[in-house]
Amino acid sequence: MNPELRELYQQVIIDHGKRPRNFCKLDAADRVMDGYNPLCGDKLTLYLKIDAGIIKDVTFQGSGCAISMASASLMSEHLKGKTVEEAENIFNSFHALVTEDNAKAKDQQLGKLTILAGVKEFPVRVKCATLAWHTLVGALAGKQEPVSTE
Amino acid sequence: MVNYDIDKIRADFPVLQQQVHGHPLVYLDNAATTQKPQTVIDTLVAYYSQDNANVHRGVHALSERATANYEAARAKVQQFIHAKDPSEIVFVRGASEAINLVANSYGQAHIRAGDEIIITHMEHHSNIVPWQLLCERTGANLKIAPINDAAEVDLDAYTQLFSANTKLVACAHISNALGTINPIKTMIQIAHDHNVPVLIDGAQAAPHTHIDVQALDCDFYALSAHKMYGPTGIGALYAKAELLDAMPPYQGGGEMITQVTFAKTTYNKIPFKFEAGTPNIAGAIGFGAAIDYLNRIGLTNIAAHEHELLNYATNAVNRIPGLKIIGTAKDKIGVLSFTLEEAHPHDIGTVLDRQGIAIRAGHHCAMPVMERFNVPATARASFGLYNTFAEIDKLVAALEDVRSLFA
Repeated sequence: MNPELRELYQQVIIDHGKRPRNFCKLDAADRVMDGYNPLCGDKLTLYLKIDAGIIKDVTFQGSGCAISMASASLMSEHLKGKTVEEAENIFNSFHALVTEDNAKAKDQQLGKLTILAGVKEFPVRVKCATLAWHTLVGALAGKQEPVSTE
Repeated sequence: MVNYDIDKIRADFPVLQQQVHGHPLVYLDNAATTQKPQTVIDTLVAYYSQDNANVHRGVHALSERATANYEAARAKVQQFIHAKDPSEIVFVRGASEAINLVANSYGQAHIRAGDEIIITHMEHHSNIVPWQLLCERTGANLKIAPINDAAEVDLDAYTQLFSANTKLVACAHISNALGTINPIKTMIQIAHDHNVPVLIDGAQAAPHTHIDVQALDCDFYALSAHKMYGPTGIGALYAKAELLDAMPPYQGGGEMITQVTFAKTTYNKIPFKFEAGTPNIAGAIGFGAAIDYLNRIGLTNIAAHEHELLNYATNAVNRIPGLKIIGTAKDKIGVLSFTLEEAHPHDIGTVLDRQGIAIRAGHHCAMPVMERFNVPATARASFGLYNTFAEIDKLVAALEDVRSLFA
């Protein structure tokens, strides 16, 4: 099979796509945000519990392709315990990782998220990988309207 | 088929002669748009190289040629769908604009608060939203004819929807998302028994099946050239002359008038009343060339070839564990919409693309269909006159790769 495909669909991504972590409603959430990709129908609801500027808990529910589900799952694992400011920086680094040629893939704060770097070779799939992240930014900004990738 | 020379047909399409991601292109997205034969491309080049001028205006040679070619294209559309007269053919941007024209013009004149418009559950968004907009403007209501699990219209339920308030039926000839060929002759007859006119969205039907608007007795029929191996941005609305005559203009501008003063404007005769502004002249002439091409291969031959492809592909994919075909109507064209247990349609689309295979993944502009079958999206392979059995073998092999990747 095509090496770029192998790079995109690594075992970790397939695993998180099939069995997303933190995939549940969060009753204690103080931020709830919907994200939607009208082009492909991927949708998710993101739940955040923020206490004194620290993200105490992150969960999500939704449906979509392996890339969007895995990205949301990995994001939820990664953000727990981070400050809001750190989360915003991670968003910027992650966005660069999947869209820019010379992104610092070794960016320390991305950790396991670098596994999604293969998305860069598939421009039409960038929106799948960033749906949860744009929803996060909307939630942190206190937006009310659902986030749309279009 | 003895006379169906697939190699010769494929050679007519320059776009098919390419590699995508290192593999020969396998184009299975014909329900979205079809590729263009060299004759259509040459016609566009010839028009712009030799005849370009505005139509119905100039006294010079180029304008005469452009006008003659533009009107000849109209006659080709008329003959292709067996309309009575060329004046019943209005050139528009595509089937969507044709439907919007009827919703705006006919709708404005005839639809009132409390009236009802019947559509089916399998319509493309372009045959839903214009009617919703009309209902919002007028206070009319949309009624939905249900479909069964095989994606066929429930004719009893459809018949039950008619009431004294029913003013229009709008229905796809063939479903883009499911491939279902609707029994439109029967559906039109039922509507006419209630004195209700019928618009048929023929965007998906025209490249696959014989169309006779007089035999069908439909009141409106919408076409898109780009789904018929013709250019994008051009299509046609067929309407019975007496309906067109009585309808108010859709857009104002040049060409659609006979006289303008600030006190009063008199409108041109049909079809020009509905063609405001300089039309897509090159597109219309290219549309005519596409019809010539379809006629040369022969719709009967095309339909037979595509039917064999559909049978072959249906049997092959039914052997793939976890694959479920959405849309199993007895009467259908070469459209295979499916889900694969382990893999989301978008992931299927990406894996296939890297092997040069182009399919569509998503809701196919028919979200109510996805909701009806309780799936967020499907993958769809749709066949055209140039597809081969070997290409279907490649599709099936690639789907096996998808399974091994996501298992």
